[in-house]
Amino acid sequence: MQPLILAYYFFAGITLFSALFVVLSRNPVHSVLWLILTFFGASGLFILLGAEFLALILMIVYVGAVAVLFMFVVMMLNIDFKEIKSRLTKYLPLGVLIGLVLFVELGLVFGDFVPALSPKGDKNLLINEEIENTRQLGLVLYTDFIIYFQLAGIVLLIAMLGAIVLTHQRRKDVKKQDILTQIYRDPDNSIELKDIKPGQGL
Amino acid sequence: MDFSHGFGLILLITGQCLLITIAVLLSLAFLMFADRKIWAAVQMRKGPNVVGVFGLLQSFADFLKYIFKEIIIPAGSDKVVFLLAPLITFVLSLIAWSVIPFNNGWVLTDINVGILFIFAVAGLEVYGVIMGGWASNSKYPFLGSLRSAAQMISYEVSIGFIIIGILISTGSLNLSKIVLAQDGSYGIFSWYWLPHFPMVILFFISALAETNRPPFDLPEAEAELVAGFQVEYSSTPFLLFMIGELMTVVLMCALISILFFGGWLSPIPLLPDGIFWLVAKILLLFFMFSMVKAIVPRFRYDQLMRLGWKVFLPMSLTWVVIVATLAQFGISGYVRW
Repeated sequence: MQPLILAYYFFAGITLFSALFVVLSRNPVHSVLWLILTFFGASGLFILLGAEFLALILMIVYVGAVAVLFMFVVMMLNIDFKEIKSRLTKYLPLGVLIGLVLFVELGLVFGDFVPALSPKGDKNLLINEEIENTRQLGLVLYTDFIIYFQLAGIVLLIAMLGAIVLTHQRRKDVKKQDILTQIYRDPDNSIELKDIKPGQGL
Repeated sequence: MDFSHGFGLILLITGQCLLITIAVLLSLAFLMFADRKIWAAVQMRKGPNVVGVFGLLQSFADFLKYIFKEIIIPAGSDKVVFLLAPLITFVLSLIAWSVIPFNNGWVLTDINVGILFIFAVAGLEVYGVIMGGWASNSKYPFLGSLRSAAQMISYEVSIGFIIIGILISTGSLNLSKIVLAQDGSYGIFSWYWLPHFPMVILFFISALAETNRPPFDLPEAEAELVAGFQVEYSSTPFLLFMIGELMTVVLMCALISILFFGGWLSPIPLLPDGIFWLVAKILLLFFMFSMVKAIVPRFRYDQLMRLGWKVFLPMSLTWVVIVATLAQFGISGYVRW
């Protein structure tokens, strides 16, 4: 067990340390890089729990896609961090409130509170070491939790449509290249040879 | 010495890591040479032929040249991120080899989610590009890095969907199991390239775009767009970028052989299976990558994006639905579990 505990402290340390630097670093791009390291640490913790599917999905979705978008936005926008920091005291009460709510939720999860559908509440959903956990996840996700799964899908779909509606606009004054007409052009109907007499022009 | 636990186990794993690293890097030197020779042959040049017999040692001469040059770090750059970027590219392209099965049971870490691991690592490689471009603190590398990051993300999506098709057929995310699922009595005709035929071509093209190879080498279009994200890099950091990219190309070749061409399985039923077949398949695919580089002109950026999002994504998405339907009704060749 000794190496596992060492690995736990290693990943937990990385997660906490880099999460601290997400908040502390002055450069927003560095913040995003520290955030990526935080995700790394978290996925390491998932692997230690035996949830290798979740760990890699965390890497693919959060690090491979979401953090890249963060990075794009942060690099392109010229954010004045001094100004944001100066308003810190104004938002402090709200931040403390959110922190409190999160702590209470965590307390409830680790306490005696048992939701109706959870590995703790439903005996059928107990973790079975025999089956690999991708298969296990699939078995409950498409049967017991199908409604939640579909609802999550619909929420994502609506978010995607919203993003497209907000950003997609056709401008009439901009010339766009039509790729098919470009591909199907040939010399016969795009070049015209004319015999021009000297001194006359077209 | 006991290799099953404790210090012996650590020693064993380190030894295996070193073995794979050295084998991959050494073969990379000759693959780089082969790449240049093939390119030269298509253009009716001689290619590198001075260092060693037939120029075989050219890559080693280049290696020495790169590491003995001065490392130039731009004054306005973010030094830590600037030097971290090539390291990330290099290390990520190396660690993906740890889950590649070279033969039945010859794999460093036989994890259940091997294919996801490779996909995650390939997804992370975009950070080398973004960080390199941003840390250079210069307009050309920055624009270049945005361009190539967008390109890599776009083609990852269709690669993901093609992989899902294979996973539906196999019923496992383990790379060894994917290969073993293709083991049948018809040799070459039981491999996945036949039932998943159109996706082989899509995957090959997406792999070209994902690894920034010609005709999608816009990140490095030195003639019209300057050299993309690596403009400010010189010496060893540049070498790390270059080796990292080439290693990803070879990794993609290995991945195509494993997913579609049966990995270490022999194409003719009577011949024995073995690592020889995997190496042969990788070499053949690498030859195709080189030929594409030599004979196809470069894509325009908007065409590249259109191909990724408007052609490949719908096609691969439709294919997932088709494969799932065929697997549901138990059509042979699509269900192997």
